[in-house]
This record gives sequence, C-alpha cells and structure tokens, in this order.
Amino acid sequence: MDETSMTVTQDRGRVVRIGAGAGYSGDRIEPAVELAEHGALDYLVFECLAERTIAIAQQARRQDPQLGYDPLLEARMKAVLPAAIRNGVRIISNMGAANPLAAARKTAQIARSLGLGDVKIAAVTGDDVLDVVQRGDFAFEESGERVASYRDRIVSANAYLGAAPIVAALAAGAQIVMTGRVADPSLFTAPLIHRFGWNMDDWDTLGQATVVGHLLECAGQITGGYFADPGFKDVPHLARLGFPIGEVAADGSVVISKVPHAGGRVTEATCKEQLLYEIHDPQRYLQPDVVADFSNVCVNEEAPDRVRITGGRGSPRTDTLKTSVAYVDGFIGEGQISYAGPGAVARARLALDIVRERLALTGVQTSELRFDLIGVNALHGETAGARGAEPYEVRARVAGRTASLAEAVRIGNEVETLYTNGPAGGGGVTKSTREVVAVQSVLLPRESTNPTFSFVEA
Amino acid sequence: MKLRELAHSRTGDKGNTLNVSVICHDARHYDLLRKVLTSERVKAFLSDVVLGDVVRYELPRLAAFNFVLGRALGGGVTRSLALDAHGKSLSSALMDLEIDEEAGL
Repeated sequence: MDETSMTVTQDRGRVVRIGAGAGYSGDRIEPAVELAEHGALDYLVFECLAERTIAIAQQARRQDPQLGYDPLLEARMKAVLPAAIRNGVRIISNMGAANPLAAARKTAQIARSLGLGDVKIAAVTGDDVLDVVQRGDFAFEESGERVASYRDRIVSANAYLGAAPIVAALAAGAQIVMTGRVADPSLFTAPLIHRFGWNMDDWDTLGQATVVGHLLECAGQITGGYFADPGFKDVPHLARLGFPIGEVAADGSVVISKVPHAGGRVTEATCKEQLLYEIHDPQRYLQPDVVADFSNVCVNEEAPDRVRITGGRGSPRTDTLKTSVAYVDGFIGEGQISYAGPGAVARARLALDIVRERLALTGVQTSELRFDLIGVNALHGETAGARGAEPYEVRARVAGRTASLAEAVRIGNEVETLYTNGPAGGGGVTKSTREVVAVQSVLLPRESTNPTFSFVEA
Repeated sequence: MKLRELAHSRTGDKGNTLNVSVICHDARHYDLLRKVLTSERVKAFLSDVVLGDVVRYELPRLAAFNFVLGRALGGGVTRSLALDAHGKSLSSALMDLEIDEEAGL
C-alpha cells in the first residue's frame, strides 16, 4: 500500500499500523514510548505473559486480591500513556495476567493521576478455567497423567483465548484493553479483525493475520534483537534497539518497519528468524481462531528496514482450546564455584565428584541431580564441549530436585563447603533455591469457556 | 566449511520440545543443505542434548529448514535443572557443524 492510498478514509482502504511495545514481562520500557511518540501508530500491543508467569501472578493474587497483574504494568503505563492518549494510540496487553480487572482499574487510576481525562478501559476475562479443570476429567497432553492426581498441587489453569473478546471491547470503544491469557498472536489479530471487519471463518486471512501477530509478538526479536553475531550478522545500536511496527493492509499483507532513527535493523534475515521462532510444523500452527499455515510465506525487503511479508494461509480452527495448567513441583537447589589456571578443569571435575559423594554420604534426598562444568559442558554436553580447547576458567555447578526447601538448601551448602574442604583455588561460590512451578497443558472444549469483557471505573 | 558460513539459526522452546531454524544466507545453498543437513545428521550432532526424534520441515520459499527436536529440554522449560532451560543457546551449537560441499555436488 503506497502513501497516496493511505489518505483514503475508509478503513478497508487504509493501512493499520500496529507497534509491539514489549516482547516479554521484563522487557525494556523506552522503545514503546518511542513508538507511541514517533510511530504514527493506531495500536500498541504489549505481550508480557510467558507460560508460567500467570501461575506466579496467581500466587500474588492470593496474597492480595488487588494484585496478580504484571509487576511492571504501573511503570509501563506511566511511561507510555501520555503519548499514547495524545496521539490516539489504542493499547492492548495481556499484562492483566491473573487479574485483568485489577490491571484495568490500576491503569484507569494511572490515567486519572496523569490528568489524561476519561479513558475507556476494558478488561477481558474468561481465560481462568481452574474450576472447570478441577471438576472435569482431563489428562495432560505432555505426560498423559490424569490432572486429578495433581489436584492439591494445581495453582492455576488458563485457556488460551482467541481474538473475539478483544474485538468486542474495541468495537464498544475501548481505548485500552487488558487481558489475561490470550494466544499471543491474537493480541495483534484482534485490532485487525476489528478494523478490517474480517469474517471469523476467513481462514486464509486469519492465517496471514497470525503471521503478522507471530512476527510482532516478541518485539525486538524482529528488529535485530537476539540476532547479532559480530562479523556474520551485525546490528547497529542494540542499546537503543527500536521495536517493530507492522503496517498491515486489508488483505493482511504486512510491511515490518521501525522508527527510522531507532537502533537495530529489519531485514529478510531478521524476519525469517522470527517467523520460524517457536514453530513446529509450519503448515499447522495451532491458534484459537485458526490453524495457520506458514509454508508459503514470502519475505521481501522492499527498502532498507522495510520488509513485506505475504502468503500466510489458514484452515479451520480446532474444537478445543489449549489450556495451561500450572502446579507446584518441589524445589531446585543449586550451588556454583569457580576454578582457573592450569588444571582448572581437573579441579572442577574433582569438585563435582566430591559433592556427588557428599550428597550421598549425608543422605540429601533428591529425585534428580545434575553436575555441570560451565565453560565446558553445561550447555550442550560432553560431545560438543570436547570440540573446543580447554578453557582458562571453569565453573562447577550442581543442581538437584527436592521435595522440600530444607533439602534444596543442603545442595548449595555442599558446594560451599568446598571452600575449606575441596580442591585448591575454588572461589566465588553462589548458592540458591527456588520453588518450581511447572506447567503442562490440557485441551478444553471451547464451550466450557465464556470469554467476555467489561469496562472499569478508576 | 562450517554451517555458520552458509546459514543462520534461532532456537525456540515449547514444553520439552525445541525447534531450531536453519536459514540460508544465500538461497543458492538451499539444495546443498537439503542434501547434507538431514534430520539424522542433526540428531547425531546434538546427541548429548536431544533424547527424542528430530523432524525436519522444509521451507523452500524461505530457503530455510525447521528442525523439531523431541525431549530436548531436560523434562521441560518450567522444571529443567539445566543452566539454559530454554535451550536458547543450541542454535549456536549447530552452527559448528561441518558441511562437506563435495557431498552436495
């Protein structure tokens, strides 16, 4: 779509400009402000919900019913709302996490405290299906085990909703939409469905829209973030990496771009890496609203930092919604210690042998143990590690799974006692413990969810 | 020649399954890699990490492949004991794979 046709007033002739303001919960804040100020955006989408984030948020909500939304929501909204409201940029985000209503109310308070006037803010609910999963007879997709056998340990169960409740909120005039669990691409397909009036059984268009959402959802990962490899793939100014803009036409075709003076770059290569990120069968990318087919996608750089992407297709959606079930799964204890200079690897191996024997001698109860040499084999095992030269320094790491926190603590302690009882020259011990919140999924019949939205008052 | 000279790669995780894309720098190398970079070759090269099957999907329009690696994340991202629980660094391991250009001719 060229510049002249952008002046056409009817939506179907227009390009809709969507920015990605965050690619994960802890992402940088300023790139979204830059987009709201200089991106000439219609929509700004923040994807902030990883697989188990919602379970951790659920635990926070149990402590305080007014919490359970993204911990950075306040900082992000304070930073971005003035420019977004001034420029008429509508915001969509899953920062609602385990409590979209509280997230929407908090956002309304922030808007009022910033003197931004009456902002229409909606919360999408219906993804929380804990009751349905607890009452029903489901089996985990991954392990095949009955969900019922985990009953007392389950923290949360959230279905991946599609675009429909967000589309409804936008149609009702929402300027900001806060959701809980929604399929990540649906945060982006929703405003497109709203603006272009696509039918929800226009599978090919929904498939291409899914391509758009998938490309944008990780923000900086398509503008040169997570891409640089000096000498092979160079990217300028990563410290002020710009986040992407999708310029989407009524047929779903998209040009990925960025604010011109922002750091980073948009090339065919950055777009291809992101297109295939977290994809299994490219012909069957399962989404709540469509089964998307990426196999005929074409990627074409039409100008510097402007890449056109077309050719996504789709087939009818499935009858079920993927639902993430989170449960507490014991504890992990860990300890690390460093060795350097001649014989570093031999001393680190000795250190691991000593800890292995100590854990057995002192009867630390573990269901799984792991012994790594960071710098040698921790990431890809002995075979890959043996391909390199011996390193100058190496870090011995022991990690173990336990049923109780007290047992987890003992693992790090056995690494720490290497200071005075282990090989020569060990230094820089760290030890840690954490409770594990694990996630498996079940497939839930669509009719057992009731996605909806409501407006909130500050 | 190392694979790094011919292609670039990104890893993604889902549960206990990993996907690794291999994208040609130059589309003319697609046929060579299609011949020599088999799923068996990738499985053997990453044998310490990948306990399950390796499936290769071909994307000729992108001059790219998508390898899906089963049981490659120590039981799953959310509960793995591994330092890199997401397996994000595995794409770089694959770049070290030796490509015999003669074999592709």
